[in-house]
Amino acid sequence: MPIEIEHVTYDYMPGTPSQVRALDDVCMTIRDGEFLGLIGPTGSGKSTLIQHLNGLLVPTSGRVLIDGLDTRAKGTDLRKLRQKVGLVFQYPEEQVFEETVFEDIAFGPKNLGVLGEEIEARVREAIALVGLPESLLQRSPFELSGGQLRRVALAGVLAMRPEVLVLDEPTAGLDPLGKREILGHIRRLHERGLTVVMVSHNMEDVAKLADRLVVLDHGRIVLDGTPREVFSHGELLESIGLDIPDVTKMMKELRKRGWPVRTDVLTLEEAYEEISGYLAGTKVGGPR
Amino acid sequence: MIRGVIIGQYYPVRSTVHSMDPRAKILIATIFMVILFMGNNFYCFLAMGLFAVIAVLLSKVPWHVVVRTVRPMLFILIFTLALHLFLTPGPVLVRVGPITATWSGLVQGLFIGTRLVILIMFTSLLTLTTSPVELTDGLEDVLRPFSRLGVPHHELAMMMTIALRFIPTLLEEAERIMKAQMARGADFQSGNMLRRARNLAPLLVPLFVSAFRRADELALAMEARCYRGGEGRTRMKKLEMHRADYVGILLVLLASIVVVYLRIKFGPVIQGTV
Repeated sequence: MPIEIEHVTYDYMPGTPSQVRALDDVCMTIRDGEFLGLIGPTGSGKSTLIQHLNGLLVPTSGRVLIDGLDTRAKGTDLRKLRQKVGLVFQYPEEQVFEETVFEDIAFGPKNLGVLGEEIEARVREAIALVGLPESLLQRSPFELSGGQLRRVALAGVLAMRPEVLVLDEPTAGLDPLGKREILGHIRRLHERGLTVVMVSHNMEDVAKLADRLVVLDHGRIVLDGTPREVFSHGELLESIGLDIPDVTKMMKELRKRGWPVRTDVLTLEEAYEEISGYLAGTKVGGPR
Repeated sequence: MIRGVIIGQYYPVRSTVHSMDPRAKILIATIFMVILFMGNNFYCFLAMGLFAVIAVLLSKVPWHVVVRTVRPMLFILIFTLALHLFLTPGPVLVRVGPITATWSGLVQGLFIGTRLVILIMFTSLLTLTTSPVELTDGLEDVLRPFSRLGVPHHELAMMMTIALRFIPTLLEEAERIMKAQMARGADFQSGNMLRRARNLAPLLVPLFVSAFRRADELALAMEARCYRGGEGRTRMKKLEMHRADYVGILLVLLASIVVVYLRIKFGPVIQGTV
């Protein structure tokens, strides 16, 4: 189920003095099964863009086609679109409101008209997908830890069985363990065949997970390609207030100091291989 | 959706009225309201209307902005007019079946209506020309004499300031939560009243939770900066009365004398009423 974004422009408060252009002629296609990382400085339009992916916002001009359906067209069933494209906002734990974890995860499927046992099955499936024990289901969500609550919120969207999962900064405000866990679950969901779109400020995370990166700045797409391609434009990224992964930076520094190593390295493992490969070729540890 | 709601209605231009001391403006508005209710005939209103018009002209706030402030009250105005028109006994104007409209009802309805319009326009001028911060500062001082009677004047003003500050924040938050729930298939737009009210739970519960959390954090942040109530607290912007303020107060007092004179001279617009 591809999502096509065609020349999308979006203005906040059009026709008033405080009109702001949040997206400016954005074109891209989200393909089935890909893991798309969306990066850009604060205010670049990332959040606005992802709200177009399930029809929460509709373009001021241009159009968004989800599985061929225009989000702006009158006959489009937006609820159906929102089922297919699950959107997890930043700090999703703030949207939790039911008395028990079970009820809260069941909120989405219930809104879709799912009934009885099917709801129970979906809730159990969803909580397993985020790696939480079923014993939590009867607890009050307000007793859980921050990391657990975020996973409950994620389960609430997964229970709708979306085909595309869109996440806005899923790791914001979590401790390293919580971060690792949630990223692990997202990776596994992608491996199960879900298309994932993830907004992030963390270059290491997207470098590790995404197979395609789109960089936004001032509402425009400035780069679109594999992480390797995108992170080869270090200076451009820095000029718009972004960065490249630390390992990539280190390799560049080594090269500057005369080591003939590759600089398009994205993960620690790759860097290890590259450096140890080089060291094996020289007798001394380093040039001269 | 929620964005675009106007919070407060301060109209930022430079004018004599804008630069007046908020305390003087609150005082003038209060006296104005009192004499507006003392006026008992249209001559009184003519004098007060003139006073209000001059104030608007001095404030440099465009007329359409001032007139717009009456619009939310339009329903109440029409309702009042209708009530008076049909329920006041007197010489019959029109009779439609069991419903009768009377002449005295029409006059009285118009009379009350005029009073309301002048009231709304003049008090709006206060909020149009005074920023919310100035307004609460002024209010704090105006209420100070009542602190001996146990009115917590500083706390009231602080509460108002905080409330004003957090209205946009809460609106933004409400919009965010609404969208998050809509992404989970929630529906806030359709259904009858009862259904819609029930559908608000997914919005209101998280909103309250976060409002309480925010209040907690704010209290902590204020304490961390040694806030301990109004006692001994100084102000960054000291309020000072200038000539324009004294002139304004003098003028409104003058207007009240005129109104009292007109009240005695012409008497009530309808016999038997005050």
